[in-house]
Amino acid sequence: MTEEMIIAGFGGQGVLSMGKILAYSGIMQDQEVSWMPSYGPEMRGGTANVVVIVSDERISSPVLTVFDTAIILNQQSMDKFEKSVKPGGVLIYDPNGITHHPERKDIIIYQIEGARLASEMGNAKIFNMVVLGAYLKVKPVVQVENVIKGLKKSLPERYHKLIPMNEDALNMGMNNVVKLN
Amino acid sequence: MGELKLMKGNEALAEAAIRAGADAYFGYPITPQSEVIEYLMAEKPWERTGMVVLQAESEVAAINMVYGAAGAGKKVMTSSSSPGISLKQEGLSYIAGSELPCVYANVVRGGPGLGTIQPSQADYFQSTKGGGHGDYRQIVLAPASVQEMSDFVKLGFELAFKYRIAVLILSDGVIGQMMEKVELFDPIPRMTDEEITAKYPWATTGKKKGTQRRIITSLDLDSHKMEEHNHHLQEKYRIISENEVRYELIDCDDAEYIFVAYGSSARIAQKAVQLARAKGIKAGLFRLISLFPFPGKEMAALCKKGVKGWLAVEMSAGQMVEDVMLSVKGCAKVGHFGRYGGIVHSPEEVLHAMEEKIIGE
Repeated sequence: MTEEMIIAGFGGQGVLSMGKILAYSGIMQDQEVSWMPSYGPEMRGGTANVVVIVSDERISSPVLTVFDTAIILNQQSMDKFEKSVKPGGVLIYDPNGITHHPERKDIIIYQIEGARLASEMGNAKIFNMVVLGAYLKVKPVVQVENVIKGLKKSLPERYHKLIPMNEDALNMGMNNVVKLN
Repeated sequence: MGELKLMKGNEALAEAAIRAGADAYFGYPITPQSEVIEYLMAEKPWERTGMVVLQAESEVAAINMVYGAAGAGKKVMTSSSSPGISLKQEGLSYIAGSELPCVYANVVRGGPGLGTIQPSQADYFQSTKGGGHGDYRQIVLAPASVQEMSDFVKLGFELAFKYRIAVLILSDGVIGQMMEKVELFDPIPRMTDEEITAKYPWATTGKKKGTQRRIITSLDLDSHKMEEHNHHLQEKYRIISENEVRYELIDCDDAEYIFVAYGSSARIAQKAVQLARAKGIKAGLFRLISLFPFPGKEMAALCKKGVKGWLAVEMSAGQMVEDVMLSVKGCAKVGHFGRYGGIVHSPEEVLHAMEEKIIGE
C-alpha cells in the first residue's frame, strides 16, 4: 500500500499539523512516511500545503505533482490541485468558501463541512481533525487508534486532556463525509 | 533499535550533533536551515551533555569559532544555507590548510546571490571543487533522507577526525524541511580534555612542562615547505578517494538507462525509475552518497556492462554532469536535466527528459 496525498488550504487551518498527525500515525503502525511542506513566501502569504506519503515500502520521491488523494480547503487550492488528482483518485473538500466546485468526472469527490461542524462543536481549532476523520473514513490508511496513539506520543503531557475532544472531532468527520458523485 | 521519531531533516541534523558528542555548534540563522539552531536552542544541549551552542554575529564569525574550537581538538559543527556558506569559504580554506576536523552542513537554496529560499543543488561546484582558495578538498556527503541527515553527522565526525579534514553534509531545502521517520543513534559521550590531549597529538590543549608546543597554522613562508605540505595534502586526498567512496545502486542490474543523482534529486529520480519500469524502460538509479570522493571508477565499470545512456539529474544548470562525463569517458551518451532557481523537478519531468534527451536519439 502506498498513499500519496496533498492537503492544501489557508495557513492557520491546521493543514501542516493534519499532515503531521497522519504521518505520526503511520509510524505508529510501522509504515514509512514522508511529510513535505510548502515553506517560505507561499506559506507566509496565506496558502499552505503539505504532501504526505504513507507506504508499506521505502518511499521514493517526497515531491510529487499527482496524487491519489487531495484534501482541499480553500478556493486557491481547488484551482491549483483539482487537476492534480490521479484519474480514479479521491478529492475531499470543505465547501466553506468554495465558489467553483470541483467538476471532474474521472475522480471520486467527497464533501465534508468541517468548518461548520467544528464551530457547532464549539471549537474552530478542531476543524482539521474533523477533516482528517472524513479522510480516514474514505481512505482508512491509518487506524483511528493509531492516530490517538500518535497524538499521545507527540503531544506534551499537559495537552493530553484535549485528546478526547480530538477523538470526537475525528468521529464527527467520519460520520458526516458525503460522497457527491 | 534506536529511538524512532518524526523529524524534519534540519532537526535530525541538530539532534545528531548532540548525540554524536559534539562539543560545540556555532551558527547564524538563514532559511531553509534555521531549524538547526532553533532546535539546538530549544533542546538546551548544554544541560544534556555540556555542548556549547552559540549564535554568532555572522557566518564569518561562526566559521572562525569553528576554526578555533577544532584547533583545540573539539568536535565542532556549523551549518548554513548557500549565501551563508559562501561567507564561510575563507575559514574553510584555513581549516583545510591547517588540517583540522569539523563537520558543517549546507542546506542549499537557489542562487546566485541571495537568490531564493527554495531548494536547489547549484552549490555542487563550490562543494566539490573547493569553494575557498588553494588546492584543497573536503569530504562531501549528500543525504537523501532525514535518516541520513542524522547518520551522516555521526559518520562525518568519524571521517573528519580520521583524516583531519572538513566534512560537508550537502543537503538542500527539500531534505532540510521534510519530515520522515528517523531512528536516532545512541548518544556518544563527549571526550574529556585529557582524552583529547592524549588522542590528538596536534590539538592545542595547553602546553604542559616538558611537552612540545603544538602549533595550528596554515601559513609557511618557506615555499619548499609549503610544497611539501601540499604534497602531503594531495596524498591524503588520494587515500580518501580510494577508501571513502560511497554510493547506492537502485535497479541497475539490468539497466540500460541510468539516472545519476544525489540528495533530493535522487529521491525524485528513484520515482522516475519506477515510472520508467512501469512503461517497460529498463531504467536504474546511480545514487551518489559521497560527492568527493566521486564514485567515478564504479560508474565507468557499470557503464561497460551495457549501459546505453546516462542522465545526470540535479537542481542546477549542469554541474555534477561534468564529473559523470569525466568518469564514463564517452562509454555511453551522457545528458543533463534539472530545474533550478528554486524550482524542484517532478518525477514525470525527469522521466520525460530521459526519453527525450537520451533514449529518443
